[in-house]
Amino acid sequence: MGGDPLKNKVDMNLSQKHAPIYEALKQLKKRRIVPFDVPGHKRGRGNPDLTAFLGEQCVAVDVNSMKLLDNLCHPVSVIKEAEELAAEAFGAAHAFFMVNGTTSAVQAMILTACKKGDKIILPRNVHRSAINALVLCGAEPVYVNPDMNERLGISLGMPIHEVEKAIRENPDAKAILVNNPTYYGVCSNLKKIVQLAHEHHMLALVDEAHGTHLYFHRDLPTSAMEAGADMAAVSMHKSGGSLTQSSLLLLGSRVNEGYVRQIVNLTQTTSASYLLLSSLDISRRNLALHGEEIFSEVIRLSEYVRSEINQIGGYYAFSKEMMNGDSAYDFDVTKLSVHTLDIGLAGMEVYEILRDEYDIQIEFGDIGNILAYVSVGDRKRDVERLISALSEIRRRYQRERTEMFSQEYFAPKVVTTPQEAFYSEKEALPIKETVGRVCSEFVMCYPPGIPILAPGEQITQEIIEYIEYAKAKGASITGPEDLKIEHLNVLKGV
Amino acid sequence: MELEFSELHTPNVKLSIKVDKQLFSLQSEFQRIDVFESKEFGRFLTLDGYMMLTEKDEFIYHEMITHVPMAVHPNPRKVLIIGAGDGGVVRELTRYKCVEHIDLVEIDEMVVEVCKKYLPFTSSKLDDPRVHIHYEDGVRFVRSCEDEYDLIIVDSTDPFGPGEGLFTKEFYGSCYKALRDDGIMVNQHESPFYEADVAAMQRAHKRIYECFPISRVYQAHIPTYPSGHWLFGFASKKYHPIHDLREKEWKELGIKTRYYNLNLHKGSFYLPTYVEELLKDVE
Repeated sequence: MGGDPLKNKVDMNLSQKHAPIYEALKQLKKRRIVPFDVPGHKRGRGNPDLTAFLGEQCVAVDVNSMKLLDNLCHPVSVIKEAEELAAEAFGAAHAFFMVNGTTSAVQAMILTACKKGDKIILPRNVHRSAINALVLCGAEPVYVNPDMNERLGISLGMPIHEVEKAIRENPDAKAILVNNPTYYGVCSNLKKIVQLAHEHHMLALVDEAHGTHLYFHRDLPTSAMEAGADMAAVSMHKSGGSLTQSSLLLLGSRVNEGYVRQIVNLTQTTSASYLLLSSLDISRRNLALHGEEIFSEVIRLSEYVRSEINQIGGYYAFSKEMMNGDSAYDFDVTKLSVHTLDIGLAGMEVYEILRDEYDIQIEFGDIGNILAYVSVGDRKRDVERLISALSEIRRRYQRERTEMFSQEYFAPKVVTTPQEAFYSEKEALPIKETVGRVCSEFVMCYPPGIPILAPGEQITQEIIEYIEYAKAKGASITGPEDLKIEHLNVLKGV
Repeated sequence: MELEFSELHTPNVKLSIKVDKQLFSLQSEFQRIDVFESKEFGRFLTLDGYMMLTEKDEFIYHEMITHVPMAVHPNPRKVLIIGAGDGGVVRELTRYKCVEHIDLVEIDEMVVEVCKKYLPFTSSKLDDPRVHIHYEDGVRFVRSCEDEYDLIIVDSTDPFGPGEGLFTKEFYGSCYKALRDDGIMVNQHESPFYEADVAAMQRAHKRIYECFPISRVYQAHIPTYPSGHWLFGFASKKYHPIHDLREKEWKELGIKTRYYNLNLHKGSFYLPTYVEELLKDVE
């Protein structure tokens, strides 16, 4: 367990063995309360098809806030207790249960730290949710170039000297946002970055969407709370095992919990789903009680798969050897990323073949790599299939490595803030005619959902070529108003 | 007292066998293993409650999965068997002097132990010096083999549970790679009769058909398997199961069989019309 458990004052009768929301829902079932409130399906009776599909157990706890169950917008009883237990388990001063994805947690962090005109230092390879928050609040991004690993063609973490430079040039910035670990498992020197932020009176925010497990195993990289960060957005639904869309926002002791709650409530639903809330509660309990054991198994399985894949030949399943003491300060070994270019196939191609021919769905494929998500839910026999399918793909499809894009990071030329660009007058142009113009929308491959272009950035020939290449390789490109990605919106007269 | 073993062949159809006594029961790392004694079928082995073999009718399955490819391949020296921890395939194979090396890959060591103790009629030849037993996942074992075997026999359980991986394209592809240029793969191919079995049978055929230049299906009658009508797959890089049948040579070996014979060999590839159609649908 991360952090100091004595930091929080949880009710003496509560322990990590409890799951207050889950227990309250069980009580509710027992009391057989007659519902004359929403939801209108009334424990599923009003929607038999849905009940048959999801199961009675499930729809019976799809209920509304009430005295017995507390209210997420203003928690005073079971949700408050569950959040306190989560804070204790993650070593945080406070934890918010989030029901609109880690996207909402990332946005709450940025909206807490910045208002219109404020500056925030962040790496350009952030998730779209971070830049979306800038569109909402009108803050100005100061991008730190993440280092690239040339061989793998992936962006790494934030180099310390780049962070220092950004701070020097923008001493008025309000916060530094770190994306840690990255989708690929690369970690920055988090402690150092947090220290730099605090020395310059900035908040240290961490997008920890891929890092829930860091809190529960001693051999894994440093977590945000352990590093002393002020806020962290944690996707419990990724490695933590809760339901999709449920997430946690963690606070350190320097941030005002009441103000953050007000920010969260600006955009959060007033009808939070108890399916999501109870899944957070039950998952937190499971991690607190069994996390070490669970992630030991995940680490063991990932290491096994990695070593088997590396024995096939041609593929490179990378790990700690790619660490460089700075922008790749640490590596999360539960992440199974495999470099595919040496067998002459783009990651996206391998991703498609795995799904179409071998009935295996992995997390994503980019230009040079694939990422398979390994978790506690995996069975040995399933990972054997994955390894064998990769071996077969190599045998059947291997070709000479031709000229392929391997560079996926384009240092952006920011012309105006995301908010300015998003709301300005714009025109749609055929994509090839947009070189030199300023984009007013996002363009990204999804997943991983890291923008190739963000609103307010200048479009270059290189970027257009990359988009065309990714489209041709079958990547799913999202963001623009034109779903076919034949046109892009650019600022009028700029 | 009445004791009975029952297995649902579909949600609505059940096969029951009166049992004298249960000889063994254990949950291994992979599955539940049971051995029963019965009047009608003698001893029988079940895995996760599914019938694997009975003393009375196992000869049909083991002869058909072994002698069909052995009568076609001109010089099968090195053989890989996946599954088959009961030893039935090994028993048939070891009757051929030309076979020099047999690798048997069984994921569950307990199956071998139990069969050695309770089912001597199938496991009798597991100690033959040519037999090398590997306790590991078949998918994993075959992945690293290349151009190595003359014959691969896939004696799998059903396409769910521990045997799941043995019905996948990546596995059949790995088998192709593991075979020599004139290699043959024979596999347990499910049944064409009940709906769920049909789906598994078609999926398996589609995947094998995509991997091998020659892919044919043959049948046998196995009373204790669902519907009794069972199929095997014959996949090969070079030899046709009927055109390349070496009748004279096989007869000269003088191997005595109870189910298999050369006429039946040819006949077993002639399938009912509805089965032909099911196969054609996925080719």
